[in-house]
Amino acid sequence: MRKPSNRRNFIKKTSLGSLGALLGAKIVYALPEGYLPLALNQENDPGKLFGKHEEMVVLNDQPWNVEAQAHLLDDPVTPADKMFIRNNGIIPEDINVNSWTLTIKGESSGQEKTYSLQELKTKFNPHSYQLVLECGGNGRSEFYPPAEGNQWTVGAVSCARWTGVRLRDVLRDVGIKDNAVYVGYYGADTHLSRDPNKNPISRGIPINKAMEDQTLLAYAMNDQDIPIAHGHPLRLIASGFPASVSGKWIHTLAVRDRVHDGEKMAPPSYSVPCEPVQPGTNVANEDMCIIEKMPVKSLITYPKSGAIIGENQKLTIRGHAWTGAGNISEMEYSIDFGATWKPCKLKAAVNPYAWQRFEAAITFPQKGYYEVWAKATDSEGISQPMLTPGWNPKGYLNNACHRIAIKVS
Amino acid sequence: MQHLPNNLRLLIGAGLLVLILIGFGIYFQSLPDVPPADGEIKNADKPLAVEGIESDIQNGIHEPTGLIASEGLELVIAHCTACHSAKLVTQNRADREGWEQMIRWMQETQNLWELGEQEEAILDYLSANYAPVKTGRRPPLTNIEWYELKD
Repeated sequence: MRKPSNRRNFIKKTSLGSLGALLGAKIVYALPEGYLPLALNQENDPGKLFGKHEEMVVLNDQPWNVEAQAHLLDDPVTPADKMFIRNNGIIPEDINVNSWTLTIKGESSGQEKTYSLQELKTKFNPHSYQLVLECGGNGRSEFYPPAEGNQWTVGAVSCARWTGVRLRDVLRDVGIKDNAVYVGYYGADTHLSRDPNKNPISRGIPINKAMEDQTLLAYAMNDQDIPIAHGHPLRLIASGFPASVSGKWIHTLAVRDRVHDGEKMAPPSYSVPCEPVQPGTNVANEDMCIIEKMPVKSLITYPKSGAIIGENQKLTIRGHAWTGAGNISEMEYSIDFGATWKPCKLKAAVNPYAWQRFEAAITFPQKGYYEVWAKATDSEGISQPMLTPGWNPKGYLNNACHRIAIKVS
Repeated sequence: MQHLPNNLRLLIGAGLLVLILIGFGIYFQSLPDVPPADGEIKNADKPLAVEGIESDIQNGIHEPTGLIASEGLELVIAHCTACHSAKLVTQNRADREGWEQMIRWMQETQNLWELGEQEEAILDYLSANYAPVKTGRRPPLTNIEWYELKD
């Protein structure tokens, strides 16, 4: 991102800027701000721009929305090249780490206080956790009637290792009032219309979520600087909630005495009907509730769907299971469309909000076409549905069982 | 130019440069608008001027955007891709009312302009070409790429 943006500025400053200077007047007719002539912009490949794996799927390129496929997510810790991108606006340009600051303010902040990145890193203890981030709309493509938005299939989820300082520690250093209800974020991304008065997204978390051990102001991912597409140089990480609360390119946090009212906080964004509705129902905004906890879910990450194996060949499957709160206590697979379920080996999470590894060795009774279905159950006894769960207008929270196709020949 | 005084030569040089640059500016201004390429960013406060898209149509698809070529294509390129990728259109499905709701939402919250009398034609295009496809609650797996898995 850095290179094209520098080149863009260079072009803008030299050709147009000097023209304006020579004419002694503002150019009112030339290319609008932010416009880059087609011929000058060749960098539109997420592989080249963001170093993404070639099998990542681009759903949208303005703004960037790119998802993984199940088999790309086999690593215990998701590497940057296989991490989905969900952007609402335009990635900020020309980020200067040395001058980057975080300001805490808001009605319920004891004071307005600004920290440099360096201050954040040195004043507070660092913490590292492997944390699941899943888009609230992951699985949207399966809802009918269709829900508008990026048609995520299964790949808008990741579990990387995030390093940063605890939001709690920073909030305590600032001092927050007893009436604090919510923490809202503001990032440096630009609205698609390039209207400087509009925020692409400004969401947040309830104060109790802000106070959890694993809620971080992160400056590193997988022990390196956070990639630009994922929020460099500072990102809020609040795993267990829809990933949209984990704001990128954060420069300001507002400690609010009410539910934060930033862009995409209000329904229908990231909200579902408070009461279950019949598919296709028009639901009034006042009857929608903001999503908090993400549901129990799992993904078969090995083998890739479509494997052909020999008769009597054992099939090893593995994958991850996760939930927005608590942990996964049971993992099962079925090769007969749910008629019978058999247990998988399931590992404990390395820390709260990390996904848990599962594995199983499957023998098939005879030749033929099979689907391997996987189902996680959390410590409360809640499992994944085999069908798409309750329809909602924006197509959130599809945690239906994942399945892969296998042929025994 | 040898016989001319230095300051006059400079003046002529500067004058020529200004003329060239003005010409350059006019040239840029007169270029027809083009739909954004993948990842390209544009300032959006009005529809794009769309010209000569016919040559980009192959097998019923407008190749640069991926949009289905049919009545209203120009309007959709002009109004919709001024701000966002055409992929946001091509990956979605809705009936006429659903598309209209998306347009209203963009007008209310995302700085989309009034579409005037062109709105009907845009809705005709979207609801005809990007209508919902009825599926089961969980349809069979499709597009399976079969491969041999060794032990």
